[in-house]
Amino acid sequence: MIEPVHSLLLIAVIAGVTALIRFLPFLVFHKGTPKTVLYLGEVLPYAIMGMLVVYCLKDISITGSTHAIPEALAVTATALLHKWKHNTLLSILAGTVFYMVLVQLVF
Amino acid sequence: MGKNNSVKSNGAAASGSGNLRSTVRYAFVASLPVMAGYLVLGTGFGVLLQAKGYNWLWAALMSVTIFAGSMQYVAVDLLSGGATLIAAALMTVLVNIRHLFYGLTMLEKYSDTGWRKPYLIFALTDETFSLVCSPELPENVDRKNYYFFLSLMNQCYWITGSILGAAAGAALSFNSAGIDFAMTALFVVIFVEQWEKTKQHLPAVAGVVITVVCRLLFGTESFLIPSMIGILAAMFLFQGKLNPVNEAVAADAHAQETRSPDDTWRSGHEAGNSGDKNETGKGGNER
Repeated sequence: MIEPVHSLLLIAVIAGVTALIRFLPFLVFHKGTPKTVLYLGEVLPYAIMGMLVVYCLKDISITGSTHAIPEALAVTATALLHKWKHNTLLSILAGTVFYMVLVQLVF
Repeated sequence: MGKNNSVKSNGAAASGSGNLRSTVRYAFVASLPVMAGYLVLGTGFGVLLQAKGYNWLWAALMSVTIFAGSMQYVAVDLLSGGATLIAAALMTVLVNIRHLFYGLTMLEKYSDTGWRKPYLIFALTDETFSLVCSPELPENVDRKNYYFFLSLMNQCYWITGSILGAAAGAALSFNSAGIDFAMTALFVVIFVEQWEKTKQHLPAVAGVVITVVCRLLFGTESFLIPSMIGILAAMFLFQGKLNPVNEAVAADAHAQETRSPDDTWRSGHEAGNSGDKNETGKGGNER
C-alpha cells in the first residue's frame, strides 16, 4: 500500500474522470456527436482490451526463472475455456485457480 | 429499442400506471443475473485490493465512488504501483471511453427522470446499460423508478461483493500468490468475447502489438502512455480502412434490433456498443 493521501487522490481522479465520461453525453453531445468520437468509441474498446491484457502481463520475462510458462499456459487455458463454455465467471475462476496452482505448486 | 417503444413507455410513465411494489419486484428479478456477476467479480476485486494492503473500507469507498468494474481492477494496479494522477486519468479515459456511448443511447430515455437523473447517469455501467436499454416493460411498472431501483440494486451488489472479498481476503489466510491473475483472466475473457463479436480484428491486434512493442522499448514503468498514444495514432491511421466495416457492423446491429434485446449481461456491453451507434445516428437525424 502506498501512502493514503496519494491513494485517496488516485481514487478521486479515477472516480471523477469516470463520472465525467458518463455525464459528458448528457452535457455536451445532445446536439449531435462528432464523427471522430463515434469512430473512436467503436474501435477503441477492442484495442484497449488488447492493451489491458498486455498490461496485466507486463512483468513477465521470457528469460526469467519460469520463462513466462505459467502465464502462457494460464492465458491459453482461460481463453480456450471461454471459447468453449462462454461462461465469464467460470473462465475467470478456473483460470485464476489454475494459475495459482501453477505458480504455487508446479513452478 | 426504437422510437415507438420509448414513446409508449413515456406514455405509460406519464399516466402514472406504475405501482411501486411491482416496479421494485420487476427490477429485482431483472437484476438477478447481474447480482450473480457482480457478487463474484466484486469479491474478486475486494480480494485483489486487500492483497495489496487496502482493507474493506477502501474497497467500499471505491465501489461507492467509482462503480466501474474493469476500471476498479485496473485501479488496484494503479494504486499498488503508485501511479501518477495524470497516468491514472489517462488510463481511466481509455478504459471507460465506451461509457460515452451508453450515455448517448440513454439521452432520451433518461431525459424525463427528474431527481433520479444524476444517479442514473453516474451508475450507468455495462451491465446496467444492457438492462435499461431493453424497451419492453409491463403496464404496472413505472419506467423511471424501474431505472432507479435497478441501478441502485446493481450498485449494492457490487459494493457488497467488494466488501465481502476484502473481508474474506483478510480473514482467510491462504496462499494468495498468483491471485492477481484474476484481472488478467477478466481481460482475456472480455478480449475473447469481443474477438468473436466482430470480423474486424485490426483494432484488437493493433492494441496487443503496439503495447508489446512499447513494453519492450520503454520498460515496465513507462510503456503505458506511449502505448495509448500509439493506439490512438493507429486508430486514426486505420480510420479510412475501418469505416466501411463499421457501417456493416452498424447495419448488422440494426437488423438485430428487431429481435429481443435481452442480451445476457455479459454480452450486453458489446451488443450495446454497436447497437447504440445506430441509435445515436437516428437521434442525430431526428434533431
